[in-house]
Amino acid sequence: MGAPARGARMMETRGIAAPLAAAATDEPAWVRRIVIAVAIAFVGAFVLVPLAAVFAEAFKAGLAAYGRAITDPAALSAVKLTFLAAAIAVPLNVVFGIAASWAIARFRFPGRSILTALIDLPLAVSPVIAGMVFVLLFGKQGLIGPWLTGHGIQVIFALPGIVLATTFVTFPFVARELIPVMEAQGAEEEEAAIVLGATGWQTFLRITLPKIKWGLLFGVVLCTARAMGEFGAVSVVSGHIRGRTNTLPLHVEILYNEYEYQAAFAVASLLVVLALASLVARRIIGRRVEAT
Amino acid sequence: MGYTLVYLSLIVLIPLATLVVKTAELSPGELWALATSRRAIASYQVTFGASLVAALVNAAFGTAIAWALVRYRFPGRALVDAIVDVPFALPTAVSGLALTAVFAPTGWIGRWLAPLGIQAVFTPLGITLALIFIGLPFVVRTVQPVLEDLEAEVEEAAAVLGATRWQTLTRIIVPALTPALLTGFALAFARAIGEYGSVVFISGNKQFETEITPLLIMTRLEQFDYAGATALALVMLIVSFAMLLAINGLGAWARRRAGHA
Repeated sequence: MGAPARGARMMETRGIAAPLAAAATDEPAWVRRIVIAVAIAFVGAFVLVPLAAVFAEAFKAGLAAYGRAITDPAALSAVKLTFLAAAIAVPLNVVFGIAASWAIARFRFPGRSILTALIDLPLAVSPVIAGMVFVLLFGKQGLIGPWLTGHGIQVIFALPGIVLATTFVTFPFVARELIPVMEAQGAEEEEAAIVLGATGWQTFLRITLPKIKWGLLFGVVLCTARAMGEFGAVSVVSGHIRGRTNTLPLHVEILYNEYEYQAAFAVASLLVVLALASLVARRIIGRRVEAT
Repeated sequence: MGYTLVYLSLIVLIPLATLVVKTAELSPGELWALATSRRAIASYQVTFGASLVAALVNAAFGTAIAWALVRYRFPGRALVDAIVDVPFALPTAVSGLALTAVFAPTGWIGRWLAPLGIQAVFTPLGITLALIFIGLPFVVRTVQPVLEDLEAEVEEAAAVLGATRWQTLTRIIVPALTPALLTGFALAFARAIGEYGSVVFISGNKQFETEITPLLIMTRLEQFDYAGATALALVMLIVSFAMLLAINGLGAWARRRAGHA
């Protein structure tokens, strides 16, 4: 919807008003230039420059130092833990996301709008508080922590705590993407399948899933990206035990605090690549979601 | 249905309820004293002050960016449109690290600020810059679709009826954008007050000066001062709930507006 097209349409309808209208539906050229310059400068200074800085710092000491930083045993174990935590948290939230969006889109029940609001709750809570509630619950002075420790189960400063905190902060992503998709899709085809004798599972696999798959994938990408990048919540519950309860973002902080700047930026650059990959995936999948 | 509720309770509701249970162990007097200690008040001032400034900056620049993306064609437009989401996708620790590197006195932008006497890193200004960064996508992405849906006919009608561009802008476009702009502002503000990762690197974490509330909670937890942490968390939680309600209310208002138009 460029300016010339609009101007042309004006000309057809109101020949005389065209020059006047062009002046009143578009900004003067100098205003345009300033707005464009501001947009580019702002995004450039706040986004592009910092991203470039990460790579510049990461490769400052050369390729060999970069390689050493990312193949360090502590870095590798952080990579492993990050992927492991995401591999547990994301499927949990996918199953929940499908169930919750199904319930919200297909049924009318009391408390439906409250349920919708509650799903968004983790987004409104500070990551630090998200981690803290699990310390209050499972920590040494926590409500059920002492009982669990007595049975040999450690949650805080261990993998279960990291998984719980990650699951909490990524909780809404899949459900939020699926609710509008499911609502737009309607229940007619599913009802037809049931009437024709399909089981609930068959209906889900053959009718529902193919229709929601791009929306689902979009949610999975958002959820995975956040799960791998979460810092605040995981930081509270992890205990920062090097090589054991350190995820990639925590490892970046430790290196930074130990003045290992180049290594910190090298590990950070891995996370930048992951984040950019998730953005590309979102673009591609987002187009598919719009098409269906 | 049952599964949905059980899972929601296990992961979200019960843990959050623990916070309330913990608070109940304190007497109201104790709670008040912990939540209003001098250090706590200073942290609220830093957190809410920086968040407010950051959200205001984002409201102004975010709208300009959304406007440029929707209305103008310029080289690099697709790139700008794509990387607006970077702050949302980037892990907060990486954001903090990157911004600290750029705004440090030796950094790519910091070295131009230093001669002007502007110190960004380890000051409230640094905190604000980090919060501007993480809040950027919220205003752009709420204003942008509304701007796309604005019908050119309305502006043309205003022009034909003799309105100047400025009148069209202030009487037609601004009122139409207001709900989305406020929603974006509220989202950016809500995100900023809870933010931790991107701030701790650049803030320097000096007590009474650049200590944000989430960091103070973290410090209390590390000292096993759970009562102190709980009191602060409760204050933050109440503010977050209020913001959530406000955002939902704004959304409903925007939908009603769209329905009437």
